[in-house]
Amino acid sequence: MAQKIPLVDYLRLEPEPHLVAHECDSCGARFFDHRDACASCGAQSFHEVEIATTGEVRAFTIVALAAPGIPVPFVASVIDCDGTSVRGNLINVPPDPEHVSVGMKVRLATNVVGVDAEGTEAVGFGFEPLEGAA
Amino acid sequence: MSEDIWILGIYMTKFGKHPDRDTVDLASEAVIGALNDGGVTMKEMGILAAGNLMGGGGPIGQMIQKQVGQTGIPVYNVANACATGATALRTAVMALKAGECDMGLAVGVEKLAGAGLLGGRGGAPQAEETWKPKGRFGAVAPTDGRIGTETMPGVFAQIGMEYGHRYGGVDFELFAKIAEKNHAHSTLNPLASYQKRFTLEEIMNDVMIAYPNTRPMCSANCDGAAAAVVVTDAKLKTLSLEQQRRAVKIAASVLTTDPYEEACQVLPNVNTLTRNAAKQAYEAAGIGPEDLDLVELHDCFATAELVHYDNLMLCEEGGAADFFGSGATWRDGKTPVNVSGGLESKGHPIAATGIANIWEVCHHLRGEAKDRQIEGAKVGLAHVIGLASACGVHILEASAA
Repeated sequence: MAQKIPLVDYLRLEPEPHLVAHECDSCGARFFDHRDACASCGAQSFHEVEIATTGEVRAFTIVALAAPGIPVPFVASVIDCDGTSVRGNLINVPPDPEHVSVGMKVRLATNVVGVDAEGTEAVGFGFEPLEGAA
Repeated sequence: MSEDIWILGIYMTKFGKHPDRDTVDLASEAVIGALNDGGVTMKEMGILAAGNLMGGGGPIGQMIQKQVGQTGIPVYNVANACATGATALRTAVMALKAGECDMGLAVGVEKLAGAGLLGGRGGAPQAEETWKPKGRFGAVAPTDGRIGTETMPGVFAQIGMEYGHRYGGVDFELFAKIAEKNHAHSTLNPLASYQKRFTLEEIMNDVMIAYPNTRPMCSANCDGAAAAVVVTDAKLKTLSLEQQRRAVKIAASVLTTDPYEEACQVLPNVNTLTRNAAKQAYEAAGIGPEDLDLVELHDCFATAELVHYDNLMLCEEGGAADFFGSGATWRDGKTPVNVSGGLESKGHPIAATGIANIWEVCHHLRGEAKDRQIEGAKVGLAHVIGLASACGVHILEASAA
């Protein structure tokens, strides 16, 4: 079986795909990237937490013009995952305003970004509609 | 209470395409224009603050000095994204307030005509030998387009949609109507990049950039410069009556950044820092939003203008859609917004924008705006925001003299 690597380090593929964040030990603020100190309270220690894999679309845009090499159209969005805001694309849904809306319930899903020379598959993530999902 | 600071002279170049002139040429025109407008010379300036965000050609302030006067004064080259011009002006204002000099100059310039889409990181994923995690997120391939969007039209589209989600009553057509207003306003502004009126249908059916922003709902990349001469109250009193009559008081000059909030790591929050800046500015000026005769706000996209009605407290919280629907922000409305045509039609030469919007307000307060004059305008507000983020708010008052 081919090796897999996540597109970003805050995506974990095992045991089931999920996102993780660095949570401030002091105030609970969450960050997907490394922080030297908390942007909210200045404390300097963090622990890892799992992010809910379902959420609600708080904002979206359907990008029709992007930098060269980026396939369009795609739906960029902000998902409220049980109180933690996550940036991600809406996938497995037609990219038009009839099929995506704010307030829509979604869940984390993965997709294949590509395969490298050693056969390792890079795995990305997005969010797909809960409604009608298998 | 520190001393009042006034705008003595101010100038903006024609915004648009200037293929035969470089950033220094444009900035020099603006500086000389502002000095002439104020009836003063480079020799009287005690500080120069200059901004040019995208040029990358060296210290712009010193390059301008070579064209307009190398008097040996301190130069501050400033950068604060789209708030660069406002930051330059505020730097000069602070020098005067600190008592370091009694006159100063601020200038912003940009050449952006034909720059295309801003903010996209660009490039297809590289076909690398093996995946190697890189950067702050340990990414093995570019994330723009795979994890949301870095493009400005897309970011600000989401900002508008989020407002709609929170308060309701917002749709594609409403955002398009905001662009319709600004393009209609631009027909009266000879310095605007574009002076073409669009129908609502034309706007909605134009090329989609990032839903719900179509092309005419996006700020226009263009070339341009703007400059302002500021003077202390004490010094102004020694100048001619005509200079005193045309001077415009800076009743508030405020700069804020975005305080931490949940979600700001995934979508910039342009709301809180604008609201904070507005509150500080109204308090400093001793006025409220109801006292404003006109507002120039940062409509980098039609979706942004809507949220700033609320952030600047021009309407009640959550009421931006109804406020716009009432016609309040058209030039004949209660609170005219972007009578210059705004960034969508006047254009957005980034570092010049934060002074050009003040030029527009001053023009009305001086009663010199000709065809587009807002009659009897006494108080106006100019707002800019730069992502990542910085917000500048200036409140300006006509001279009583």
